[in-house]
Amino acid sequence: MTVSTRTPRTASRRGRRAGAPYSFLAPALILFTLFMAAPIAYAGYLSLRRVKISGLGLGAGARTEVWAGLSNYARSLSDPDFLPSVYRVGLYGLIVVPAMLGLALLMALLLDAGRTRVGTFSRTSIFLPYAVPAVVGSLLWGFLYLPRVSPVTDVLGKLGVTAPDVLTGNWTLWAVANIAVWGGTGFNMIVIYTSLRAIPTDLFEAARLDGASDKQIAFRIKIPIVTPSLIMTFVFSLIATLQVFAEPMTLKPLSNTISSTWTPLMKVYRDAFVRNDVYSAAATSVVIAVATFAVSFGFLKLVGNRAFNQEDA
Amino acid sequence: MSVSTARPVAPVTAAPPPTVRGKRRSSPLATVLLLLGAVYALFPVVWVLIAASKSSGELFSTFTLAPSTHLLDNIGDLSAYRDGLYWRWMANTALYAGVGGAASTVVSAMAGFALAKYDFPGKRFVFNVILAGVLVPGVILAIPQYLLLAKVGLTNTYWSVLLPSMITPYGIYLCRIFAAAAVPTEVLEAARIDGAGDWRTLARVVLPMMRAGLVTVFLFQFVAIWNNFMLPYIMLGDDHLYPLTVGLNGLLNQGASQPAMYITVVTGALISIIPLVALFLGLQRYWRVDLGAGAVKA
Repeated sequence: MTVSTRTPRTASRRGRRAGAPYSFLAPALILFTLFMAAPIAYAGYLSLRRVKISGLGLGAGARTEVWAGLSNYARSLSDPDFLPSVYRVGLYGLIVVPAMLGLALLMALLLDAGRTRVGTFSRTSIFLPYAVPAVVGSLLWGFLYLPRVSPVTDVLGKLGVTAPDVLTGNWTLWAVANIAVWGGTGFNMIVIYTSLRAIPTDLFEAARLDGASDKQIAFRIKIPIVTPSLIMTFVFSLIATLQVFAEPMTLKPLSNTISSTWTPLMKVYRDAFVRNDVYSAAATSVVIAVATFAVSFGFLKLVGNRAFNQEDA
Repeated sequence: MSVSTARPVAPVTAAPPPTVRGKRRSSPLATVLLLLGAVYALFPVVWVLIAASKSSGELFSTFTLAPSTHLLDNIGDLSAYRDGLYWRWMANTALYAGVGGAASTVVSAMAGFALAKYDFPGKRFVFNVILAGVLVPGVILAIPQYLLLAKVGLTNTYWSVLLPSMITPYGIYLCRIFAAAAVPTEVLEAARIDGAGDWRTLARVVLPMMRAGLVTVFLFQFVAIWNNFMLPYIMLGDDHLYPLTVGLNGLLNQGASQPAMYITVVTGALISIIPLVALFLGLQRYWRVDLGAGAVKA
């Protein structure tokens, strides 16, 4: 965008050239349009289309795309694999999000209270898994889950107890959830910890002099103040959790329990790239996206949208 | 919400913490809990460090945490795998994360600055669209992005991973906060009176003032791209273009039929986390992320 340099010097309110903000925004808006807005619109369009096969389905003209109404949605929602995957991910979210954020908050409060000498070591260690890609984290845990590798099997074996194979049956969900908690706690801890550090000390020093315990200070003063950070971490965790993909895809070769439709996103992938049914996949992804967006947006509205402020500039 | 409590944001390398917090009677319970957390976080990393020193047979037979002496052999085998394909994945990952991270930081900085410091028609609309973009789940993007890039023949190229990585609505949101907090309007006025154009002001005045915040945005996006799996998994078919995540996923799948591959996978996993861990330990002070920055305080 070279527009700005040619624009006559019509002063804006702040006395600068009127074209400048648009040229600064141009790269972002072009990329946003091409790689976010257009794909979303295209997904919506595809979800309403289908292929019509005429005659024997041979030759170039035999396959044409026609409007399908809502039939893809009906097909997607009534797919016997879909609802189980939604339940599974719902349960998975109910495990992961509270466990991860609860641990993150606990660790952040412990660090902030400053009553330990292992603070720096623990903070760095707990944050470290954020540097490990979900694929690699799943790979490491995946091996550790194998009975032939797991140290738990050895220890329990000595005690005469047979350890369960956590990559089978109902254990699998917990095994995957553990990977997500392991990978996500540190980052959320740092986010919460940063907000805690920003609280002016005098806000709770007075309470401390009056004899309030660390626990009371945490619950009555610190947690309410960092609530906006908690809301943000909650929303981002929720969005990430509902789209779980890399962990089960990586564990799949190690576990017979994980099918190719184990999570909704895995089903979208299978429909699009294994079955070449992009229409049904588009419909399913629209359903997931709308549901995710509704949940996160609804949650932000519910808590009064305290996390994103929009009008301070 | 007419709030203007946007305090200077944390990533601007926060001042040293008040000494009061660090000098209190230590609590054994807090120490134990924090150490347990550290052990949980470090355990798989310690394991992979040990496991990568085992031979293929030992991986499944010796005790989990018993080290061995085959690390160099394993690295040799990994390097020999299809003429060093692994190192090519490493270089690809660095390219995707480095170029994608840098480009998205520049794009976000420009947009964030414009949204924070200019008044122009359509500003509210643009900001709301970008804010909505923060909440868009990636699931809706992956397949149509693939199909649209396929129409212009860009799938299975470096561009197919780089281009979608260059836009990050959250980065723009953060940059807007950084610009609002770190760039005083008077400075911009002074630059204008001195005769500097908008672009010159951006390059010489604004970006240096936002530097600490920009490092944070870069790190965010760098890690996000480095760790990304779904986008390259969908976009790429040629394994010479793979990043580490997709490559290792493929190696693990091969292990199902050739168990000897497992030790190569483990060694690859170990080496793949070294660069990011080094980056983390080196740049720790920039990881003071305040997601709720600028938000209303209760």
